Amino acid sequence: MTTFADQPLEEQIAQWRTYLRRRQAVHGPDVEELEGHLRDQLAALIDAGLSADEAFLVAVKRMGSLDALSREFAHAHSERLWKQLVMAPDADASANTARAEILVVLSLAVAAALTVKAPALFGHPISPDEELPLFYARNASLFVFPLLTVYFMWKRGSDVVSRVWLALLFAAAAVFANIFSFRTGSDTERLTALHLPIALWLAVGFAYVRGRWFADGGRMNFVRFSGELAIYYVLIALGGGILTAFTFMMFAAIGINPGWFVAGWLIPCGAAGAVIIGSWLVEAKQSVIENMAPVLTRLFTPLFTLLLLVFLATMAWTGSPINVKRQVLIGFDLLLAVVVGLALYAASARDPEAPPDFFDGLQLLLVVSALMVDGVALAAIAARISEFGFTANRVAALGENLILLVSLARTAWLYARFVRNRSTFAALERWQIGYLPVYSAWAALVVVIFPPVFGYR
Amino acid sequence: MDVSKDLVAASATPLVLGILAEGDSYGYAIIKRVAELSGGHLQWTDGMLYPVLHRLERLGYVAAKWSASENGRRRKYYRITKEGRAQLAAQRQQWKAVDGTLRGIWMQACTV
Repeated sequence: MTTFADQPLEEQIAQWRTYLRRRQAVHGPDVEELEGHLRDQLAALIDAGLSADEAFLVAVKRMGSLDALSREFAHAHSERLWKQLVMAPDADASANTARAEILVVLSLAVAAALTVKAPALFGHPISPDEELPLFYARNASLFVFPLLTVYFMWKRGSDVVSRVWLALLFAAAAVFANIFSFRTGSDTERLTALHLPIALWLAVGFAYVRGRWFADGGRMNFVRFSGELAIYYVLIALGGGILTAFTFMMFAAIGINPGWFVAGWLIPCGAAGAVIIGSWLVEAKQSVIENMAPVLTRLFTPLFTLLLLVFLATMAWTGSPINVKRQVLIGFDLLLAVVVGLALYAASARDPEAPPDFFDGLQLLLVVSALMVDGVALAAIAARISEFGFTANRVAALGENLILLVSLARTAWLYARFVRNRSTFAALERWQIGYLPVYSAWAALVVVIFPPVFGYR
Repeated sequence: MDVSKDLVAASATPLVLGILAEGDSYGYAIIKRVAELSGGHLQWTDGMLYPVLHRLERLGYVAAKWSASENGRRRKYYRITKEGRAQLAAQRQQWKAVDGTLRGIWMQACTV
């Protein structure tokens, strides 16, 4: 790179650099790299006999238009796009589509609310005095996910083939959720309610990435979307809770019990509609609010690491074994899921080209300590199964445990290689997002196979 | 004769990897080498090289390092990795197959 004695030329370069810096897909070091190129080019052109002005025009023209350039950078670094939408939005077009989008989102949210109420017409009433029938738990995802899928298809477009496949998939899910005659209070019915959303979330993801599951960046963006949606959903639920409390307080003050309305309408319809509204908020506001999921990840990774290490130390010190009960099975599965989630969101927020830093070491420590805790828990679960035999719950817990264990073990291995500069972060990212369908496949297996195998118990 | 945009885009990866296989290099030098090798037929918009390089870096085919250049400012140098060489070999097979096929059909066209 060369510095030029020619003052006007330096000013022109500085101006070009300022324009380039405004592009959010092009980061600081990229600007430096491109400026180096421009300077090399200028030096060669001036050597060849061009005047400074002519050389600048030619060099900038050869560099290409800044719009096209930042678009290419955005494609190569889709994680930057997530924060700041740079795909040159047309001012007029965006106002129209924004209005159309609000209409679509509102109608889908209302449709979701009505879908929840539809079964009440066919003999599945929601009553404030009784527990919610398990029918609703089993079908919860089917009330909302198809509509969410429609939203993404509308927003990103889709072809006929993927539309047909997704429709078939949701139809099959509806059949398997309702075809089996579960015994009352059976474990397999609860397992279906728990696992169907996990299986179907992959279908939503398929619509989210516009059917191009393997294109770069799409899956990671879907992971980001899922985390942000969870956070928005919790926020909306908090607001809903406050609304509910005021509804009770105010109507109780005039001697009317609003229980039938709150339990029958407000909560179920609100819970369904909030998924659509939350998704739209994530889509619309991704440029306004800094992503929350990665921030929470940074906050909780050290805390969870500390918890796991203290737990291991305490167990080694006191020598007390894990007392396996039903909740413990699920508890340790959840713990592993949280650790996988922390690793995944840490990866989603990370600049894949950055060299390993302190936080990566911490992540590795977290994953390794989770593996050790899980090894202990797994031994306890295996002992329990060999003593008391297989039940649907134990097999489901064991299966999930093993799947998460494989994911974490490989993650730990790749992290260790990355921290020692033996491998790239991209390899780790590829493993994590490549593994995502495994969770859904296992969940689908639990929904489809478990009830008949375990006699609908 | 200018090569069409699609062909330029398709050949970018093997070309960049091939040039880096000759030795470590940096953006401007790579562009110059492309122009030299193609006799000016392959026209790249200079800036477009960098997203390609960054994509290859993310895929692990090349590794990058900032170091000082001969005139004091720092410059980003690229080096091909083991995976990059494997990828280059694979792409080379594919291009050979395409080339062979086209040659076959054009030879026939000549003789008919």
